[in-house]
Amino acid sequence: MTELAQRPAPAMPHGQGPSLPRPPATIVPIQGIPIVGAVVIFLVIALVSNSLWALGFSHVVGGALWTGVDLFVGFVVGPIMGRMSIPARVEFSARFMPVMLLLMPTLVTMTLAPGWQLARHLGYLDAGYPYHGWLVASYIVVGVMATIAIGVLEPANLAVLFELRKPVPNGELIAKLMQRFVYTAGITGAMQVATLIIMTYIARH
Amino acid sequence: MSATAHTPAAAPTTVIRKLPPVAETALASMVLVIIGTIYLAANIANDPSLTIPVALDVAAIVVLLAAAVVTSRIEDFAWRIFFVVARWALLGYLVIAGMIELVFILDDTPAKQLATLTTGLVVFVLAVTLILAFSVARYQPPD
Repeated sequence: MTELAQRPAPAMPHGQGPSLPRPPATIVPIQGIPIVGAVVIFLVIALVSNSLWALGFSHVVGGALWTGVDLFVGFVVGPIMGRMSIPARVEFSARFMPVMLLLMPTLVTMTLAPGWQLARHLGYLDAGYPYHGWLVASYIVVGVMATIAIGVLEPANLAVLFELRKPVPNGELIAKLMQRFVYTAGITGAMQVATLIIMTYIARH
Repeated sequence: MSATAHTPAAAPTTVIRKLPPVAETALASMVLVIIGTIYLAANIANDPSLTIPVALDVAAIVVLLAAAVVTSRIEDFAWRIFFVVARWALLGYLVIAGMIELVFILDDTPAKQLATLTTGLVVFVLAVTLILAFSVARYQPPD
């Protein structure tokens, strides 16, 4: 544990380091925080007022965006990123990943909190509800996605963003972490297909 | 601490170290909490036994404490970056957990179930915080 290897960026020419695109100094895009704040306020009002429209709006909009973004990133952006050169991936990530850091937790909260309350009000949580098993399956899918997203994908995102702020980023490390991002985005995209099947099945009945 | 490879021509800004599996351990704690919460959520309308979720919560706390202790014993670590990330991750995930807790309270969740779910949420937030902070700090130069 005490052995330390300090390495310059092996995959990038030394001269390229300072000219690489960098994430903003704050990592999380500050201009997005008021939007997140507005969403949180709307969500609190929806939850406290118990408005079925507001709860349904938040759950459907949040869920649709969450699913759409995951599918798009997993099956479109991810494979394209995988084929990009390292500098191109770095440039894309420096702009893309900060947005994802703010966007995804917001969409997940928009979906899950009102979804639970809706299910409670509409009696879907009762074991007697005929499609209760489908609902439990959706909990499991969300649990697996949360584990992958929070345990693997988000730490890789953050580590890349901090690496990019260094005077000489380690290209090998960035490539390794971004490979992890590409694979896990594909897995969460596939899990979202399961979510779509479950939710459309429940909605149909 | 000994440097095994160092090229003087470039700034040695990236640290690749063999560290204990802190993120993996914290992730295991998070998974235990998620399993307990799914079990409780699946049975919440039937006044379920809390034995399994409480046991999973306790196991998650023990595992998370182990991860925290191991982290605290790492020598030559980027503690400044660790705490910067931890602070913001904690803030962000407290907001998310707060929304979920609000739903549980508004839905008149029975006290014992609420306590179990709240414990799970707290462990979840702390585990995520540790995972994110450690995952970033491990590649940063030590303070």
